[in-house]
Amino acid sequence: MNALLLKFRDRKVRDIFWQVLASLALVAVVAFFVKNASDNMVKAGIASGFNFLWRDSGIEVPFNLTGYKPSDTIWALLWTGIVNTILVSVASVFLATVVGFSVGLMRLSHNWLLSTLAAVYIEFVRNIPLLFFVLFWYFGVLAALPTPKESFDFLGIIFLNRRGLSIPTPNDVSGFHLALLAILVLIVAQIALARWARARQARTGQDFPVWAAGFVLCGALPLLALVAAGAATSWDQPILRGFNYRGGFVLVPEFVALFMALSTYTAGFIAEVVRGGIQSVRQGQIDAARALGLTQGRVIRLVVIPQAMPVIIPPITSQYLNLVKNSSFGAAIAYPEIVAVFMGSALVATGQAIEIIAITLGIYLTIGLAVSVFMNWYNARHKLVTR
Amino acid sequence: MKTAAPPLPGWIAILRQRLFSTWLDTAVSLLCLYVVWRVSLPLVDWLLVEANWKGQSREDCTSRGACWVFIRARFAQFMYGQYPVPERWRVDLLGLLVLFAGIALSWRGLPRRKEMAIAAAIILPPLGIWFLHGGLGLKIVETREWGGLMLTLFLAIYAGLIAVPLGILLALGRRSRLPLIRFASVVFIEFWRGVPIITVIFLASLLLPLIMPTGFNVDRLARAVIGLAFVIAAYMAEAVRGGLQALPEGQTEAAQALGLGYWRITRLIVLPQALRISLPAMTNEFISLFKSTTLVLIVSIFDLLGIAQAALADPAWVGMNMEAYVFAGAIYWFACFGLSQWSRLQEKRLQAAHGR
Repeated sequence: MNALLLKFRDRKVRDIFWQVLASLALVAVVAFFVKNASDNMVKAGIASGFNFLWRDSGIEVPFNLTGYKPSDTIWALLWTGIVNTILVSVASVFLATVVGFSVGLMRLSHNWLLSTLAAVYIEFVRNIPLLFFVLFWYFGVLAALPTPKESFDFLGIIFLNRRGLSIPTPNDVSGFHLALLAILVLIVAQIALARWARARQARTGQDFPVWAAGFVLCGALPLLALVAAGAATSWDQPILRGFNYRGGFVLVPEFVALFMALSTYTAGFIAEVVRGGIQSVRQGQIDAARALGLTQGRVIRLVVIPQAMPVIIPPITSQYLNLVKNSSFGAAIAYPEIVAVFMGSALVATGQAIEIIAITLGIYLTIGLAVSVFMNWYNARHKLVTR
Repeated sequence: MKTAAPPLPGWIAILRQRLFSTWLDTAVSLLCLYVVWRVSLPLVDWLLVEANWKGQSREDCTSRGACWVFIRARFAQFMYGQYPVPERWRVDLLGLLVLFAGIALSWRGLPRRKEMAIAAAIILPPLGIWFLHGGLGLKIVETREWGGLMLTLFLAIYAGLIAVPLGILLALGRRSRLPLIRFASVVFIEFWRGVPIITVIFLASLLLPLIMPTGFNVDRLARAVIGLAFVIAAYMAEAVRGGLQALPEGQTEAAQALGLGYWRITRLIVLPQALRISLPAMTNEFISLFKSTTLVLIVSIFDLLGIAQAALADPAWVGMNMEAYVFAGAIYWFACFGLSQWSRLQEKRLQAAHGR
């Protein structure tokens, strides 16, 4: 007994003892829950397993890009939900970034009015729950829109009413495929050009207007290609028939509400990140750049942005990740994303609670893992080298 | 460069410097003024000037502004939900009690302040549940009758009461010497941080009854509190970890040299300092918890926002969407803004104390 006590004084022995005890407790708790769950499921007559994924779903999804029909499998339903989640996330990330950067820069403006307006915007969206904005856009703003007969019309081709946003779609997309291919080629060309210009500058000291060239290569030419592709095909235009618009593609109000709420809300957070990142660049750096005679534009492009970006990118990535997770708020207004169609409709239809929850959480965790792998890679690559 | 003009007197100089220093600046300022003018005028008009304040029913709202009569008529519902009217004094009394305790405890001159705080932390939470739910002489009020602002505060406070200690434990676990404890803490934290809160509330309301022994019923509201608490605990853990990391290693080493054990070092040396550092971050997590409580709407629990949403369905008050949203939104905004200002104040105090 005494020898045992003496052994317990040894830190290594004690460490092992506590870890074994902790893992035993953990295993016991998990086993208790699993046993209860399997008992309860047997009692309720629910078979476990993932076979239900290949059953017919019979669930209607009003908004889908996958061509899903209620006679398809539950797996197809899940896929439709995933596509809808990706659609609203990508669209919102885009708008949130644009608005967020603009507001963040406005916040730093020396113009008192402009920076105060930006501050009001930031404090407004950051201190109100996102669900509030989602409901507000859906039931407050979009429900107050006019009926299809009195739609707002933009140039006679895009129509906004309480049934959603109707936009024309091309009848033949092959021209767009070619244009997309051309754009990809141009982007590769731009990267090659930038590398060549940098190498030449290092060798000879000669400058090359990479940005101007890039604007033509990646901005103007693709636009031309898209316009040409658009002109080459006929368009399916939304036309008022009876009580609603037919033809074209309808972005349902659920999408518009979620998109507006997500992007304006996240923009407030991105603005703060941008402000913090730019403020983290020390004034001495800017003064030194000015002393070297660089113009204001070059100071920003060559000194401020390269130092601010490594500070901005990691928190902005986690804001993007938050946005993807927050797209699940669509469930509150029945936008058919993953949670609404899978954790909601499919779960009610099949009763396979554990499997469905596991799959849903698995999808979000996978997205999160992918983003954090990317972030580690980025941080390792862009670590500021100080000499 | 021109030589600078001689300084103008007072506010004109400030205006000129901050709003009209260049042509571009002037244009921007004028544009901003125009936007403010166009937005705030109709807003003030709707909110105050043309608003209807007096009356009992929809018919009393005659002018084109907001119909605050609606908020007036439904004010009690926004506060208490369907909580039975004769029992509402219990909620009020509890609120006053908590408020009083809060004020008393934040007074630095209070004798035996630490002991009082511990006593309040032990006594108040169960007392609160007894007051609200009833039993032992009080009439029982089922949780499905709770609602409104009272429910929002209940969710935030009780989820917070679980999340803070759990978060501290997780943060300590994440920095533990023992690899197994560390691993378990990391998995727990990253799991809950990686999934949307909506799915957690779904999960809690679906799985908790499933994993409990048959016949053991977990209250609907308790499920939501547990779900919220787990997620926020994971975020709290990261906030506390920041404080732990900011603490110099020498603190622990000095305590070890004095012969203190792990728990005494943690309790007496590490946590008091680390928690003070992470207080602003923890407050921010609490704000996001407060905002997240709105998600219980998904499982048909009617908190403040849920009551506002439900009020829209009342046939006697059709078209009051904006009024309901503005009222609920303003409450959330003032609560969150107040908390975040408090958190900033803490941060400033901390920086002043460290002489940074």
